[in-house]
Amino acid sequence: MARSARWNPREKLAERMSSFQNGQLWRSIFRPGSIFRKGYADSPRNRAYVVMNSLLYHLHPVKVKRHGIKLSYTLCLGGLSFFLLILLTITGIYLMFFYRPSVDLVYSDMQRLHTSVSFGLLVRNLHRWGAHLMVITVFLHMARVFYTGAYKPPREFNWIVGVILLLLTLLLAFTGYLLPWDQLAVWAVTVGTEMMKNSPVVGDQVQFALLGGPVIGPETLLRWYTLHVLFLPFIIVIFISIHFWRVRKDGGISGPL
Amino acid sequence: MPTPDEIYEQVLSEETSKGSSPAVAQARAKAARVRAQKGAAKPATPAPEASSGDGDGAQPAAQAEAQPAAQAGAQPAAGATARPAGTATKTKPAAKPAPGNGAPATKTNGGGNGAAVPERVQRLLAVVKPESIQKVERQPMDRVNVWPHLMAAEFLALLVVMALLTFFSVAVDAPLRELANFNQTPNPSKAPWYFLGLQELLRYFHPQVAGVTIPTVIIIGLMVAPFVDRNPSTRPDDRKLAIVLFTFFVMSFAVLTIIGMFFRGPGFNFTFPWYDGIFFEL
Repeated sequence: MARSARWNPREKLAERMSSFQNGQLWRSIFRPGSIFRKGYADSPRNRAYVVMNSLLYHLHPVKVKRHGIKLSYTLCLGGLSFFLLILLTITGIYLMFFYRPSVDLVYSDMQRLHTSVSFGLLVRNLHRWGAHLMVITVFLHMARVFYTGAYKPPREFNWIVGVILLLLTLLLAFTGYLLPWDQLAVWAVTVGTEMMKNSPVVGDQVQFALLGGPVIGPETLLRWYTLHVLFLPFIIVIFISIHFWRVRKDGGISGPL
Repeated sequence: MPTPDEIYEQVLSEETSKGSSPAVAQARAKAARVRAQKGAAKPATPAPEASSGDGDGAQPAAQAEAQPAAQAGAQPAAGATARPAGTATKTKPAAKPAPGNGAPATKTNGGGNGAAVPERVQRLLAVVKPESIQKVERQPMDRVNVWPHLMAAEFLALLVVMALLTFFSVAVDAPLRELANFNQTPNPSKAPWYFLGLQELLRYFHPQVAGVTIPTVIIIGLMVAPFVDRNPSTRPDDRKLAIVLFTFFVMSFAVLTIIGMFFRGPGFNFTFPWYDGIFFEL
């Protein structure tokens, strides 16, 4: 049996694989203790290693309170908001390939996206519905945190960061709303920015800075495009990092009711 | 020299007459018997001057070895010889003291006075329960491994949402109306749905109040909530006021938003969606 196995291609492959996994390249990628070095057999130690020796350790501790992972406690809302942000980033990058933020080109680009880009319409739909859903999940996440009293000391600061994240989410959604440059987008943004004009003292200046002029025009499109694809994502990632870091530092998921 | 069983009976009766509780008396008697057995099984370490025959043959042996070690300062040989007896009498720290540190040995041996010592604290260690000397400050918490318990749940939630979103995106297309035309205002013009509550407020308040003051108050109010709400409890029963207030604000804003979405028609005037249709696009 052992003799015939010598010519077994599967064994040959396993041998190659194992020598590769003991080689310098593999070992340089995976840290000591990584399950990709040692292999995974289900044991308490390996369960800890999965988290502890990977990037996941930045997000999750090795163990959490049992009540905290009950679906009825968190409803997964924070995690889903983060997942939707990732989904929106990926679909958004795809849309950026076919989108030129210039008033002369933008609408034909939108039409092309619908008609001649592979999966263009589907990706746009995912991006738009995902964005609306993210506004909802972020808001519901806030409501959940309030109802479970999870904003209480020592988590006051993280609650503030969370409110900022809600605002950033709304701003991201609102800046994205203009980009299709159709009647719906332009007039919705007109209504929205009319409100800011009423800010005391600096109202007109705020509106001028946001629109790049007294009314919506080509400058507005470029400005909101830059805000939407670059500036606001950059800011929100910073605040999300602080948010996640503080979740861990403030004692993990909040206590039982 | 009495046999171990005789020692057992002897210590038991002594302890009972002293008024010890039955458990303590039995434990001490058992310990004495074990010591006697060990002492009998180890004739190689006889006690030079302490064959006192008081029923505890092994105990003086341990002291005899430990004592010079403590005084002279840790001869390895002495420590090693004393160890079997020391194990039996739980005087291990005394049997191998650190150099120049005679204190533990002296303490345990009661000033080196051979025969009087054995009835001492060490015996009590056998009956003291750990809970009574350890103060447990942190209650053990029921914890589970993130992998696989939490991550499996997260992954499942991710898949479900992704699937629902994909189905919805295949079924419903995002709106794309005609090219923007600044000379043709659609009627009604509505803000994105998450601002429709504010647009609805514009009907009732001065623009500066509805568009600036109220949103600012909401944001500031949310941010200072943890500092205003000084109630440390997280139980719903203890924080009825907070829950009622928050629910009231959320509900009123939801009602305003829903009115703005479905009950406002041309000119942003009030309509019923079942008569005039819905003037609203996501």
